[in-house]
Amino acid sequence: MRRTTLAALAASSALAIVLAGCSSSGGTDPGTGGGSALPKAPDNIAMQQTLGSGEGALNLVAWAGYAEDGTNDKDVDWVTPFEESTGCDVNVKIGGTSDEMVKLMKTGQYDGVSASGDATLRLIYSGDVAPVNTALVPNYKTITDFLKDRSWNSADGQMYGIPHGWGANLLMSRSDVVTPAPDSWAAVFDPNSPYKGKITAYDSPIYIADAALYLKATKPELKINNPYELDDAQFTAAVDLLKQQHALIGEYWSDYIKAISAFESGDSVIGTSWQVIANLIDSGGKAKVNAIVPKEGSTGWSDTWMVAAKAKHPNCMYKWMDWITSATVNAQVAEWFGEAPAQTLACAETADKKHCEIFHATDADYAEQISYWTTPTRNCGDSRGAVCKDYAAWTQAWTEIKG
Amino acid sequence: MSPDFFYRHARLRLLALLSAPMAWLAVAYLGSLAVMFLAAFWSVDSFTGSLIREPNLDNLKLLVEQSVYRRVALRTVGVAVAVTVIDVLIALPMALYMAKVAAPRLRGWLVAAVLTPLWASYLVKAYAWRTMLSADGVVNWALQPLGLKGPGFGLVAIVLTLSYLWLPYMVLPIYAGLERIPNSLLEASADLGAPAGRTLRKVVLPLIFPAVVAGSIFTFSLSLGDYITVKIVGGSTQLFANIIYDNIGVADNLPFAAAAAFFPVLVILIYLALARRAGALEQL
Repeated sequence: MRRTTLAALAASSALAIVLAGCSSSGGTDPGTGGGSALPKAPDNIAMQQTLGSGEGALNLVAWAGYAEDGTNDKDVDWVTPFEESTGCDVNVKIGGTSDEMVKLMKTGQYDGVSASGDATLRLIYSGDVAPVNTALVPNYKTITDFLKDRSWNSADGQMYGIPHGWGANLLMSRSDVVTPAPDSWAAVFDPNSPYKGKITAYDSPIYIADAALYLKATKPELKINNPYELDDAQFTAAVDLLKQQHALIGEYWSDYIKAISAFESGDSVIGTSWQVIANLIDSGGKAKVNAIVPKEGSTGWSDTWMVAAKAKHPNCMYKWMDWITSATVNAQVAEWFGEAPAQTLACAETADKKHCEIFHATDADYAEQISYWTTPTRNCGDSRGAVCKDYAAWTQAWTEIKG
Repeated sequence: MSPDFFYRHARLRLLALLSAPMAWLAVAYLGSLAVMFLAAFWSVDSFTGSLIREPNLDNLKLLVEQSVYRRVALRTVGVAVAVTVIDVLIALPMALYMAKVAAPRLRGWLVAAVLTPLWASYLVKAYAWRTMLSADGVVNWALQPLGLKGPGFGLVAIVLTLSYLWLPYMVLPIYAGLERIPNSLLEASADLGAPAGRTLRKVVLPLIFPAVVAGSIFTFSLSLGDYITVKIVGGSTQLFANIIYDNIGVADNLPFAAAAAFFPVLVILIYLALARRAGALEQL
């Protein structure tokens, strides 16, 4: 019996070594980081040169509300017309957080992803996405200039995706319960909040930036400049604030469906949210909510459609990137999700003609003020040097915050 | 090969028959455990999330040194123990009635009734509890006239839901254990003058103790590894399986998840060793 066990163990460890050998051919290894600059992007991933006909299918990882096919609201549908005109059947996997999206893309089963700034660089440098040939996406020409060749969607002067749109995370509250309507993030951090136990927060380490943003406005002595570049003292302050907030939290959300049901049943009455969640609650008619950008400003996102390095349906993905950034579709998705469209021509196509004005779509100065989700690294990006907390530390802290 | 080859070589016959299931056990079961054991000593690049296959003890060190993991581990064992105790307390009288009091014709129906919840999806039952315990749910509605409020989402909700979910796994072994006790034993005890309570304590309980332990293996291990119910009714609470899940599903830090998985494996091994001492493994 003893010998059989040993043999089994030996066989399985041999298997493990074989498996390890198979998957370590990923190419350039950027190493553990810690240096001052970003590592070089892998240069062995080919960029598509010509566009062929569609492969008949397309597997996407997307944020909720980015690839609507009429199931949520029969008038909100830009997937079906795409399928009809290109013959690419679209399968959508909704990602709840950027971490989840990065993980899904690593499976190699998807052709493309709508990645936020805290996922894009991780995907580029791990070699999971390919450089994008913008010449094959005609609508790229009229994308807002201030979204092109940015640090979160390009590397070494090469675009790695097509910008989709951008916006801010919102403070949402039940208008029948939370009166007067709040205008500050203080409402979700106040230890004496009357809504204790009914406050919700986004279940991802990136939410630490929301606390940092609030501290930036309320505790100037911490000298927080960028909520993603936190040194030891600043990070500790943000984490402490969130630990204190933990006692107020009813539940955290990362699944937007769960957030909707919690607000409808009254289990959550105030907390961080997205415009699309507010829209869905409105159209459901079970509860009234209002969603605002508080006076301290907001964290936000700037999203980019990226092509998987090993996409099985690259032509369909290129067709999708052109479709989703076309004036009419980009206008539809921007209005549904509640964000500024990346396509300048979309502003003429929105149902609410003031949409682009409300979301400051073409206002570069306003766009610079939102603290876009980005991956925290050791390098602070300023004179402090490599003393900032990297994302591993953020992830670690998030577990501690939830206790 | 002559047709009676396997008939004459009994050992070879056994080998041929057992090789497929044994390979399954060795490769799919022990193999994956071994891979997990190896992976626990790796790490991931914090920026790109790629695996770094250089053995080190950082993951285990972090698990031991950070107080948050100890706290969550204790809470998890506490929940598993609470669920087990509650299930024993509910299952004992139920099984006793089913096995010794109910008419034989009714018995079959009662067993079926205990089993029916197992036909419904785990998720449906967990979400049913979420609906019942929510702010506008039936629990709050029922308690309102008494001036009370339901527990809401959190630790209490987790224990309630898990106790409900795993109850059949406790009732069945105890019921089977009770059925095996001959009625003559109980009658003998009564003839010698023992009241019902004493018969229960001195005769029945010692005899079904291994069955209770057998049932508790199910309730304890299932509670120890649960993260879905925790996500649905747990509010802001996390249990140990959530830490494992978050490291797989959210942080994509498989090595750390593998290291964290040592904890439940260890606890279950200890539990099984104790259960074996109580003679419960023969009751499964």
